[in-house]
Amino acid sequence: MTVVLATAVNEHLANISNYLIYSAMAVYLLAMLAHCFEWTFGSRGAVARRSAEQGGSLAEAAAAAARPAGARKVTVTVASAGGGTTTLTRTALAGEGAAVVTSGRGGDEADGPGAAGTDEQADLLGRMAVSLTVLGALVHFGGVLTRGLSVTRWPWGNMYEFSCALALTAVLAYLGLLAAGKKVRWLGLPVVLSALLTLGLAVTVLYTDSEQLVPALHSYWLAIHVSAAIVCGGAFYAAFVATALYLLKDAYEKRAAAGKDGGPLGVAPSVWRRLPAAGTLDKLAYRINAVIFPLWTFTIIAGAIWAEKAWGRYWEWDPKETWSFITWVAYAAYLHARATAGWKGRKAAYLALLAFACFLFNYYGVNIFVTGKHSYAGVG
Amino acid sequence: MSNTDTGSTTDTGSPDPRRPLDDEAAAERLSTAPVEERPDDAAPAFGVLGWLRWTWRQLTSMRVALILLFLLSLAAVPGSLIPQTSANALRVAQWKADHPGLAPLYERLQLFDVYSSVWFSAVYILLFVSLAGCIVPRTWQFAGVLRSRPPAAPRTLSRMPVYATWRTAADPQQVTAAAERLLRGRRFRVHASGGAVAAEKGYLREVGNLLFHISLFGLLVAMAWGSVGGGQGGKLVLEGQGFSNTMTQYDDFQGAPFYGADQLEPFGFKLDGFSATYQTRGDQLGTPRDFTARIRYWTGTDSSRLHKGAIKVNEPLEVAGSKVYLIGHGYSPVVTVRNGRGDVVFHGPTPFLPQDNNLTSTGAIKVGDYGTRDGKPGRKVQLGFSGIFSPTAPVKADPLTGWNSLFPAAADPKLILTAWAGDLGTDAGIPQNVYQLDTSHMKQLRQDGDLARAALKPGQGWKLPDGYGTLTFDGYQQWASFTIAHRPGNAVALGSAVLAVLGLIGSLLIQRRRVWVRASAVGGATVVETAGLARSESARIAEELAELAVALQDDAPAAEDGPQDPDGPQDRNGPGDRDGAEDRDGAEDRNDAGTREHAEARPHGSGTTEERG
Ligand code: HEM
Repeated sequence: MTVVLATAVNEHLANISNYLIYSAMAVYLLAMLAHCFEWTFGSRGAVARRSAEQGGSLAEAAAAAARPAGARKVTVTVASAGGGTTTLTRTALAGEGAAVVTSGRGGDEADGPGAAGTDEQADLLGRMAVSLTVLGALVHFGGVLTRGLSVTRWPWGNMYEFSCALALTAVLAYLGLLAAGKKVRWLGLPVVLSALLTLGLAVTVLYTDSEQLVPALHSYWLAIHVSAAIVCGGAFYAAFVATALYLLKDAYEKRAAAGKDGGPLGVAPSVWRRLPAAGTLDKLAYRINAVIFPLWTFTIIAGAIWAEKAWGRYWEWDPKETWSFITWVAYAAYLHARATAGWKGRKAAYLALLAFACFLFNYYGVNIFVTGKHSYAGVG
Repeated sequence: MSNTDTGSTTDTGSPDPRRPLDDEAAAERLSTAPVEERPDDAAPAFGVLGWLRWTWRQLTSMRVALILLFLLSLAAVPGSLIPQTSANALRVAQWKADHPGLAPLYERLQLFDVYSSVWFSAVYILLFVSLAGCIVPRTWQFAGVLRSRPPAAPRTLSRMPVYATWRTAADPQQVTAAAERLLRGRRFRVHASGGAVAAEKGYLREVGNLLFHISLFGLLVAMAWGSVGGGQGGKLVLEGQGFSNTMTQYDDFQGAPFYGADQLEPFGFKLDGFSATYQTRGDQLGTPRDFTARIRYWTGTDSSRLHKGAIKVNEPLEVAGSKVYLIGHGYSPVVTVRNGRGDVVFHGPTPFLPQDNNLTSTGAIKVGDYGTRDGKPGRKVQLGFSGIFSPTAPVKADPLTGWNSLFPAAADPKLILTAWAGDLGTDAGIPQNVYQLDTSHMKQLRQDGDLARAALKPGQGWKLPDGYGTLTFDGYQQWASFTIAHRPGNAVALGSAVLAVLGLIGSLLIQRRRVWVRASAVGGATVVETAGLARSESARIAEELAELAVALQDDAPAAEDGPQDPDGPQDRNGPGDRDGAEDRDGAEDRNDAGTREHAEARPHGSGTTEERG
């Protein structure tokens, strides 16, 4: 019998990690406030912005029409669901490789201008919020990194660490979309808010001291399986936000079409108007879910391979496995629904919400309420 | 998406009697998904055959597949909340004891064996039948698609979801030839006829989709194979002892129809030592950090050719088609019992079972061959000791927790025993729990007017009352328990799983789409028309068409004076076109609005807007 001391934990780094996580929360809080003000002030100019923007793009189109001789230009007409049409214009300048793509949208499906509307002050606040989010993400990343360094392993061995990493991926995914030039600043408020909630839950309820892992977790599959799960979590979450907003915006659009005042949830129409069109939100949600579904499938398979190595059986209907399976089938049902007549639109969206609820339950519910072989998450 | 709740909308581009014939061929199904039933033809025909056919069509429809998927996830829920026999029979027994009222009902509903229950099986078997009924015709149909040409251009290209046109001075034939070259260069399958070019791309989507669904069968087969051709057994091994893979050596064994005593491959191993590492400070004091079983193993019948190895929690030993997993560990106190005359009647280790995280362990030392008290002929008796082994014992028994261990490693071990004499019941041939005394025919020994009891440190002895002799606690050994599993089907399962993921990637990330180019001479100039059609959710078809069209303008430059965006030569709103927009494949989803920059009010021509208005 030998009693060997476990690899030491660098307490200093572990403490720094804790400070960084708290600091990140403070910065996110400021970012959230800035976003709130952005939405509030943005209501002042939303309507004005719409007409201004249309004027602007017409001017732009006129400018594009007056193109130099030899330029090639094609306008593609795209029929849209509401019976309206959209155009997409691609201009390639003669002798240059560069192509300019302008797209226009007609009819009822216009995407809103975003949280800031046309208000310059609101726009400034929105930019500040994004800057703060970037800062928060940096600090947050530092927190996750130092946590990992303090124990020289991947920092997702328990629920606290998993939550910190999950919140970080969600924020990074959002910032990544912004950096890629996508107009998703409207996602800022829900993303930052949920990062704050996740971290809040992590530091209060789920907190576990930085320590080495139990033998069951000594495997490179921890890095593979759990990091895939974290990425899936972030993406499913983003898709969930888009789905929920789709349902609300769709309700708003139907109401507006029926000539009724007010918006769903008692939120002012100006907020709904500034969001992207329901169709856009729905598509965004579908895309994220569709792209991430293969990765979720992989996550489950990686888990099964690990289970085979650790427990001798790749599938034992352990509660965690079962709920991953339930989540997987629920998302498969959602994808099926998108291809089944009579199930598209709102019904499919409800399935997506249900699937995400399964994911959440698998993460929080199963760890906290159900005992199984996965019960080394460091809680209770 | 919001306008498709009508139910009668078809998204699969299925034949629609109201649609002109050539359109139908062109927009012919971009997916091999089963055609949706319309509510009006759902009524079954007369007769048994009619009913059967109707049932089969229902079962293999997308709608029923969806419902079955939903049911499958629902049916999996109870098994995660109610203890399952397969996972933990002890917890099931406990649960039954705690809920005597509900237990029989649950038993009837097979709620303790959800995943092998009739109703759970029914759902997944139906789903797989539905899947088979869906895949076979789809594969067939897809093979047909691969052999045939891309469908010819519809007469009214302007009715396709994305459309672009311009006038050029170039010759129509030159334009189609250029288009053909261009599309081939972009790896479309191309067919030119009648002044138009038809092209299609993205077949891998369908391949991926079929591959994914077929590999689900692979998974099912692998699981079935694993459960009829595989099995596992458990074995507890003391340090210094060994195991060889024959039926008699197992503590417990779960075989299968094709896995029994005759199928056990010869191999074995010796446990040289077991080491455990624990957290020694902080909140998580005592949490295990590493377990290693050091072994030497052999394969075949020659047990003298040994290979060194180690088994850890995530690192099973792979040997002779089986895997050996480290499952548990614990302590075996070593004691020597002498009778009244001083003869050794028992010596050796006895495995004790851990009861908590600090490895407070309980067990029973059964001295079956005690004989008589003084070693002379007479009435034989047996001794039994029921005990607690505490690897790091408190200095004094705690009033609440007794001798419960404070730390899982054996820093300050103690063995706490009570003694019994009488009949152990081991000679009756009935299997007994080795960790417990059956005291129904035994009497507890008393000492100094109290129950006889001792708390011993290694090396200490205990003089038993009533002249029964002595017991010495010599020390302890560790034991490790292993699962030896043989699972055939695993490679097939893994292969299927990998194919499933690849199939999904193809299915979800690749777009199948068609592009047509037509050049027709109209009043001295050539009108070039291009149109595209993609599966729903495609955002890129518009961009792709624009890119193609711009590239085509190298060979068919737009006439400077022509209208920017004229209507096609045919009227966009031809009679009989009422449903056109909806019947097109995925007509509701083709803008990547996420990247739209401007809200531009520029309805196209006399477009479809009024049609809906
Ligand atoms: C064993 C259960 C099943 C699972 C887990 C499953 C899963 C999936 C998934 C995840 C997709 C999305 C991929 C995509 O959209 O291309 C899909 C698509 C599809 N599934 Fe299944 N499926 C199952 C059974 C079935 C059955 C029984 C049918 C036939 C009735 C079917 C027909 C289809 C079709 C036609 C698509 C393509 C939909 C499209 O083109 O968008 N599936 N399935």
